[in-house]
Amino acid sequence: MQHGKYRFIAGFLVVPLALYALFVIWPFIQAIFYSFTNWTGLSPEFKMIGLDNYSRMLEDDVFWKALQHSLVFAVVLPLVTIGLALFFAFMINVGGRRRKGAAVTGVRGSGFYKIVYFFPQVLSIAIVALLFKFAYNPSDGAINSALKAVGLGSIQPEWLGDPDLALICVMVVLVWSTVGFFVVLFSAGMASIPRDFYEAALLDGANRFTTFFRITLPLLWDTVQSGWIYMGILALGAESFAVVHIMTVGPSGGGPDYSTIVLPLYVYQKAFGPGQAAYATTIGVALLLVTLLFAAVVMRLGRRERLEF
Amino acid sequence: MGSTSANDNGGLGRRKLIQRSAALGLLTVPTVSFLSGCASGDGDKNEEVKQGTKSAKNPLAVNESAPLDFVLFDGGFGQQYAKDAVKIYEKNFPKAKVKFHATQAIQTELQPRFNGGTPPDLIDNSGKEQMDMGALVGQNQLTDLTALLDAASYDDPNKKVRDTLRPGIVEMGQFEGSQVWMLYYAYTVYGVWYSKKLLDSLEVTYPETWDQMLAVCAKAKAKGIAAWTYAGVHPYYIPFTLFPMIAKRGGADVLKAIDNLEPNAWKHPAVKDCFEAYYELKKKGYVLDGTPGLDHIQSQTKWTEGKALFIPNGSWVENEASKTMPKDFDLAVGAPTGIDASDKMPFGTLWASGGEPFIVPSKAKNKEGGMEQLRIMLSEASSKGFTQSVKSLSAFNGGTDGIDLTPGMKSVVATLEKAGTNVVNPRIGDWYTVLLKEKIGTAGLGEMMAGRLTPAETIKRIQGFADETAKDASIKKFKRQ
Repeated sequence: MQHGKYRFIAGFLVVPLALYALFVIWPFIQAIFYSFTNWTGLSPEFKMIGLDNYSRMLEDDVFWKALQHSLVFAVVLPLVTIGLALFFAFMINVGGRRRKGAAVTGVRGSGFYKIVYFFPQVLSIAIVALLFKFAYNPSDGAINSALKAVGLGSIQPEWLGDPDLALICVMVVLVWSTVGFFVVLFSAGMASIPRDFYEAALLDGANRFTTFFRITLPLLWDTVQSGWIYMGILALGAESFAVVHIMTVGPSGGGPDYSTIVLPLYVYQKAFGPGQAAYATTIGVALLLVTLLFAAVVMRLGRRERLEF
Repeated sequence: MGSTSANDNGGLGRRKLIQRSAALGLLTVPTVSFLSGCASGDGDKNEEVKQGTKSAKNPLAVNESAPLDFVLFDGGFGQQYAKDAVKIYEKNFPKAKVKFHATQAIQTELQPRFNGGTPPDLIDNSGKEQMDMGALVGQNQLTDLTALLDAASYDDPNKKVRDTLRPGIVEMGQFEGSQVWMLYYAYTVYGVWYSKKLLDSLEVTYPETWDQMLAVCAKAKAKGIAAWTYAGVHPYYIPFTLFPMIAKRGGADVLKAIDNLEPNAWKHPAVKDCFEAYYELKKKGYVLDGTPGLDHIQSQTKWTEGKALFIPNGSWVENEASKTMPKDFDLAVGAPTGIDASDKMPFGTLWASGGEPFIVPSKAKNKEGGMEQLRIMLSEASSKGFTQSVKSLSAFNGGTDGIDLTPGMKSVVATLEKAGTNVVNPRIGDWYTVLLKEKIGTAGLGEMMAGRLTPAETIKRIQGFADETAKDASIKKFKRQ
């Protein structure tokens, strides 16, 4: 029965696979290749230097800092974002008290909340980053002005200018800008959970807490897992680059004393700065490994029985 | 994805395939694919244009009909001055077509062109995205501009271009050896900028020793004005006044040792004295609150609003801050305040040097055209036009007669005159951009001025950065004689 199935599928996929190989796989191979050279990015000449870039990377303090920050992003951001999104989605969809005869409903005004949460999604990440950069301005930004307005004028942190706060400030922005997406994603997932389950749980006298952990979360597990990986990759890659590059200080971003440098930004700094494109590809390879490792760990940890309904 | 479904019959389900490819796509796209844009080109296939006929009007033997490709940094000086010069080129060579393009993204646009072997003929390599000069020189990507310097000047056939330039301009274009790789068009005076009106209202004069400086600061503070602010998120503005102060304290050789990455160059007592003096400003509360979080525009605006008295900056500030500067601001620049009478160099010692470096790539098709365009820009008329429109001196020596100078410009000319030969010119920023901006500036001085490092810790840290750079074989080193 299964005979020839792969050939059949491959027949359909040959064009997309070829495009994929050309535009996705090939650049990878190129990047890995260049990481063994001394290419500057300023002229086409280069020669092979073996593992020099790698040994240099291992001794590079800034690289270790960037790696550490990227790992913090990959662990903390999905945890916070998805936790918040699950809570919001649950309250919007099933967290409400019984009213109007419906057994399962969201809290009052849930339609409005849905729009509010999703709102940051319509803004480009660059605009979000700029807005927050202004808000964090220590002398006349919105946050410190608000502190002054409520009589907390003595607390005027330097936010992005303070190495202890800068990384947290950046992470808050990423959470703010992505949580709405997951609220919508999880809402869709929750809508597909049969209502009878909830009704049965209510009849049994289950409270919101039990309902969430016994019904909603297990049935939503696949969506949560995909969301986790998606968020982790955002946190490791493009979005973290954008916010750090735009918001934080220094010649090309990276915060005071390298306090917000992340791997993708470090790749950029090396590729488009001092003519060290090959070294940049080396850091890119490290970033690739970290990302793959992250996905593998999440899939491994998240493995569990799929529930059928 | 990873779930062991009960009815998984071992085949490759449609859903699973899509899930897997989606996951793979998600993994791969954001990570490295943007690097693919820099895939190395395959060398220089383009040929240089033939030279034209040499004549008195065309000393560089420009090919009269060859097109010229000119890319300008569109920054604080705008682009009008270059456009005006392009018009003259087009008038002199009516058959030549000039492609003029101004951008702020110098590196983003030009790095791929260098890498592909098709760079433009003339570039103003400046701004935040300036390409690393050390790397360009180290990779033999630039043309030696000696031919231009030895050509007859635009105004006087009996004078070479090199004889019409301000002192230091030619030397600044050199890295090692006698070749001149770049020609700085603007002439920038760095120093302590202030409103003379505000200083007068405090009934003080510009301080020449550090005790006087602290007295001025205390007086300002009593009136509710912070004495200092600086570009907190670009702390490499601090060296504009700190470096010449170090030279004044310990002699110009201290800076030379720093430029040459000599071991323990930063441990010189003069460095310590000056760092401690600046640190005192922070400790005594003379720096505007929140300064470490302000960028250059924000800090300049606070300063033009009169919230801070002094700011370390370059002479472009008059143009850049003109929008927020009150009409009666009476802008002036002061040479860095010294420590006391035992300083090695007199008060007036100043950092002044070229700005807006123009380069002609070695793989440009029309090198003579690029140099000729520069020669036109270095004429008296073009230089006057520049000075008048952007309130900055140019590399052309003179050219200020008969121009109605703004207060800031007047102060610049006077300060330069007072400095005389005591002009210092640190090179560390041109040679080792990352070291100066990211390490010494942001991770060193920025941290110290925010009060998070003591001067001793800062010196130790900066010496470590310098040693690191000195050891790094991938960075080309240069030496000052």
